[in-house]
Amino acid sequence: MNLNLDFDYLIHVIPHLLPFIPLTLILAFVSMIFAVIGGLILALIKRSDIPVIKQLATVYISFFRAIPTLVQLFLIYYGLPQIFPALSGMTAITAAIIGLSLKQSAYLAEIFRAALGSVDKGQVEACLSVGMTKIQAFRRITLPQATRNALPATGNIFILLIKETSLAFTLGVVELFAQGKILAAASLRFFETYLALALIYWIMIIIYTFLQQALEKRLEKPYLS
Amino acid sequence: MITVKNLKKQFGDNVVLDGIDVHVDQGEVLAIIGPSGSGKSTFLRCLNLLEKPDEGLIQIADTKVDVKKMNAKEMHQLRQKTAMVFQHYNLFKNKTALENVTESLIIAKKMKRQEAEDIGKELLVKVGLKDQFYQYPVTLSGGQQQRVGIARALAVKPRAILFDEPTSALDPEWVSEVLQVIKDIAQLKTTMIIVTHEMQFAEEVADRVIFMADGSIVEQNNPKEMFNRPQSPRTQQFLNKIGTGELND
Repeated sequence: MNLNLDFDYLIHVIPHLLPFIPLTLILAFVSMIFAVIGGLILALIKRSDIPVIKQLATVYISFFRAIPTLVQLFLIYYGLPQIFPALSGMTAITAAIIGLSLKQSAYLAEIFRAALGSVDKGQVEACLSVGMTKIQAFRRITLPQATRNALPATGNIFILLIKETSLAFTLGVVELFAQGKILAAASLRFFETYLALALIYWIMIIIYTFLQQALEKRLEKPYLS
Repeated sequence: MITVKNLKKQFGDNVVLDGIDVHVDQGEVLAIIGPSGSGKSTFLRCLNLLEKPDEGLIQIADTKVDVKKMNAKEMHQLRQKTAMVFQHYNLFKNKTALENVTESLIIAKKMKRQEAEDIGKELLVKVGLKDQFYQYPVTLSGGQQQRVGIARALAVKPRAILFDEPTSALDPEWVSEVLQVIKDIAQLKTTMIIVTHEMQFAEEVADRVIFMADGSIVEQNNPKEMFNRPQSPRTQQFLNKIGTGELND
């Protein structure tokens, strides 16, 4: 069998891709941090009874869950500066982070809302009854338990995010995928290059999944009888 | 010690508390009995403002509030005068038995960890849990969980302890150990209000028994009189029903 597959090239191309992993991870991490903060704020608003703001949060979540990530990135990077010229100095990386954070915060808001809701109110009442404030109850009792409830689904969002950073190439950000595209175009070894890319993404996700399982195991400790 | 005047609470159109007046003396043990929906749990929850009453005056020790005009600070002050033991224990599931007891001391009272743990351990020993300091609630039996709940309430040195049907959710085998702990605390002349379905327990532990129905106090008396010679037909009917085992939530 004569497979037209150049293993040597596959091995050779990997070191040329590795230096671009940090940018991909930075895009994913920074977007995730903003998305978690935004998602938590949205979840708290959705759980509150603040009129108008609550409805605005609902609209936000509905909008950012609905539109494709690519449309969103283009809207921010190519669209917004047309309306607000001050934004024309925005870098592609900034635009990518904004777009990805906005989108994932909408998804996380629903996950966090459910997780917060699953911690029974009786425990908060117990906090209040022994003289703790609502904020202390949230920080010490509700949030830690909600974190444990939210972790598996939040991890999935992070995995999605790592992969979606590849869309940043459409804005001209040379991250992992963009570099792969450049190398593939130069060598014309498309299969080997993209296979190398796929393997790199796969290994990143495997490592992340392993870390998350370790964390889950730790958070699970109080709940095992 | 505790004085409540004209306490009213409505959920929508449903009047749950229709002007309750109660006075409890320092060191007195008051039991509240009555059918489900009589408002007895709501009354207890209004005392530490887990439910916000619509109107009335509440005074506990030196804190006096008019519920219509109270601000957040007054609410917090009033709450700190009491501690509550819940029907479903409401233990912090992410904390060990010891941490459940010390949490409020460290977080709300800003006590040093070591000092708080000494207090916590002493209280857990007192409620018979010397071997369970570091166990999480999920590993404890219902009776053990409720005893942790009692230790947690005692930790804040409340002026009064409010028990909201402390044994209703327990399997029968755990009821007596929890009641015994409550009796031990009563012996120390701790002011207590106990909402309960355990009539025999109420008779043994209480200095005074209140019978509530439809959001009002129907009758109050010392336990002996209340259970042997109830005056109002409503009370007689209720006690008769229980006597024949028909009372069910």
